[in-house]
Amino acid sequence: MVKYVLRRLLGMIPMLFLVSVVVFFLAKAMPGDSLRGEIDPTNTNPEYIAEMQEKLGYNDPVYVQYWNWVTSFVQGDFGKSTRYKMPVSDLLLEKIPNTVFLALTALIITYILAFAMGMYSGRKPYTIGDNLIAGFNYTGLAIPSFVAGVFAVYFFAFKLHWFPFAGSVDIEVQNGTIDYWMSRIHHVMLPAFILGLFSTASYTQFLRNDLIENSRKDFVRTARAKGTPIGKIYNVHILRNSIIPLVTFLGFDIASLMSGAVITEKIFSYPGIGLLFLDSVNNRDYPTVMAITMMLSALVLVGNLIADILYGVVDPRIRLG
Amino acid sequence: MTANQATNKQTPLLEVHNLQTGFKIGKEYFNAVESVSFSINRKQIVGIVGESGCGKSVMSLSIMHLLPQGIGKIRGGEILFEGQDIVDYDEKKMNGIRGKDISMIFQEPMTSLNPVFTIGYQITEVLLNHQDITKNEARTKAVTLLKNVGIPRAEQIVDEYPHQLSGGMRQRVMIAMAIACQPKLLIADEPTTALDVTVQAQILDLLKNIQEVNDMAIMLITHDLGVVAEICDVVLVMYAGKIVERATVEELFENPKHPYTKLLMEAIPKMEEERERLATIEGLVPAIKDMPAVGCRFANRCPKAMPECMQVTPRLGESAAEHEVACLLYEESWPKEERVGAR
Ligand SMILES: Nc1ncnc2c1ncn2[C@@H]1O[C@H](COP(=O)(O)OP(=O)(O)OP(=O)(O)O)[C@@H](O)[C@H]1O
Ligand SMILES: [Mg+2]
Repeated sequence: MVKYVLRRLLGMIPMLFLVSVVVFFLAKAMPGDSLRGEIDPTNTNPEYIAEMQEKLGYNDPVYVQYWNWVTSFVQGDFGKSTRYKMPVSDLLLEKIPNTVFLALTALIITYILAFAMGMYSGRKPYTIGDNLIAGFNYTGLAIPSFVAGVFAVYFFAFKLHWFPFAGSVDIEVQNGTIDYWMSRIHHVMLPAFILGLFSTASYTQFLRNDLIENSRKDFVRTARAKGTPIGKIYNVHILRNSIIPLVTFLGFDIASLMSGAVITEKIFSYPGIGLLFLDSVNNRDYPTVMAITMMLSALVLVGNLIADILYGVVDPRIRLG
Repeated sequence: MTANQATNKQTPLLEVHNLQTGFKIGKEYFNAVESVSFSINRKQIVGIVGESGCGKSVMSLSIMHLLPQGIGKIRGGEILFEGQDIVDYDEKKMNGIRGKDISMIFQEPMTSLNPVFTIGYQITEVLLNHQDITKNEARTKAVTLLKNVGIPRAEQIVDEYPHQLSGGMRQRVMIAMAIACQPKLLIADEPTTALDVTVQAQILDLLKNIQEVNDMAIMLITHDLGVVAEICDVVLVMYAGKIVERATVEELFENPKHPYTKLLMEAIPKMEEERERLATIEGLVPAIKDMPAVGCRFANRCPKAMPECMQVTPRLGESAAEHEVACLLYEESWPKEERVGAR
């Protein structure tokens, strides 16, 4: 197992290398350049600009520039944000907890709702309850999350005042108090629900269909022939089989939630990585954009690895090696 | 039936009267099992033979109340188990019987076990369902059961998963599960069809052995008259949802009466020949939608069919005689009212 994980981690290196090349040259090809922020805009003296450009390595051959960037990157030096005038790593550390909190909440809401609704629909297919749930899900699948997000802000925040419409916490509360955490949870619920909406809908339908399919399997007949009550057959025999694909989705969720957060955070003005990413793109803050892109790519790979490991954990037929 | 009779040791273990089981096709029900009556005594091995699609599985699933829900339904008749009619039992009452008094093993050992639970879990489950014992005691019993059905390394196998075992081993596990609570009746639906020949013989020996040790009755469903000859006491021959002949094994093999039975016997592969399925009878069992309403259901394939076979439905005698047949070639199969006029 440890060996397997190590081998997979090593296997990520060439992939990340390729991604880094693409990211670097895309950033280079963008209008403007990542050095502009370092140069005092009020000083228009061409000699000064030329000197600064030389000093910052702007005139080096491209591969040297790439090499400098990538070597400092792997050492944890992601460069300096041209907009915030601070190291990108500090900037990320400040925003990551918000996004992780958002993503985790979304994950929890998604799985609780998907299990509750999926179990109900799967046990009682073609009933009114099942049809209502299916209606909700297909609406969730059909409406893009940014539309759903805007509607949610309009109704639940502006009209009904159930939830705040922006930010991650009230300004007046003291960090660390119960009120602080309540306020954070209050702020995160609506964006988390919208962020998880698509997954909730698709997992519910997936679980429902998988339960129905598994309930027709021979092993269910065997369990009934043993005198096992039908409730236990659903909650143990069938669910334990249907859980396998769902648990492996968890790995992919890690990456998709982080990238989904870009749009959700924008709609809800929630100060996390996603909002930072969009701001940085708008402001041509390339060191930040590059660092976030690299981080998301690494997350996709790690998410895949986690999915495979979980598969081996929950399915006894799969041997990792 | 009085309570006195019900507890009487003379009552057969299982009595089935006029059982009719149908499937919903579109809006209508069509019977796959049509007025079947038979009985199984304690410790008896009863074989049920017939071609594919003649209703053997549907009949056994009816007894267990394991028909596919919402599609299959018992539409009439009685199933008396130890004198109690269980036709109207609900799930809860059936769960008290299934696995405890009546067990069942199936044709497909590869898919009949749950792939994500250990062998031990699946055997202890039936014990815990019906007996007041701890998990540890159940586990010890599971190991003993595995040894009893001839599984080597039982202590390790108990913690392994079904995919780690061969088909024959899995069928042994199924048998261990089925006999765990020492049921009075074991229904075995083609338990050896999916296995290769040498393993088939071992599994049959095992079943016969357990039957003797546990004093258990077996209802053995099979395509294979050779198997029947080897271990059964009584044979029921089924065709198109009906029993067409019933006899003790000796009687049936010495003196087969129904043309269908005779054809089945001719289809038994000889030792030196290739083993093949019962392919020598022309035509197929009709689908349940296309069953003729009157007449003998085998008439259109029968080499000895007479014109009357299309109009008169033959009757299977319900006496306790050694040998009964439902075929118009035999006087006793004619319905009473029509016998006088037609002959
Ligand atoms: N779920 C179902 N829906 C509709 N018809 C069914 C269903 N199950 C069985 N039947 C029909 O009932 C009839 C009897 O089937 P059954 O499975 O009992 O045959 P069998 O004698 O066990 O055959 P085999 O030897 O192939 O197992 C067949 O005509 C079959 O098509
Ligand atoms: Mg069958």
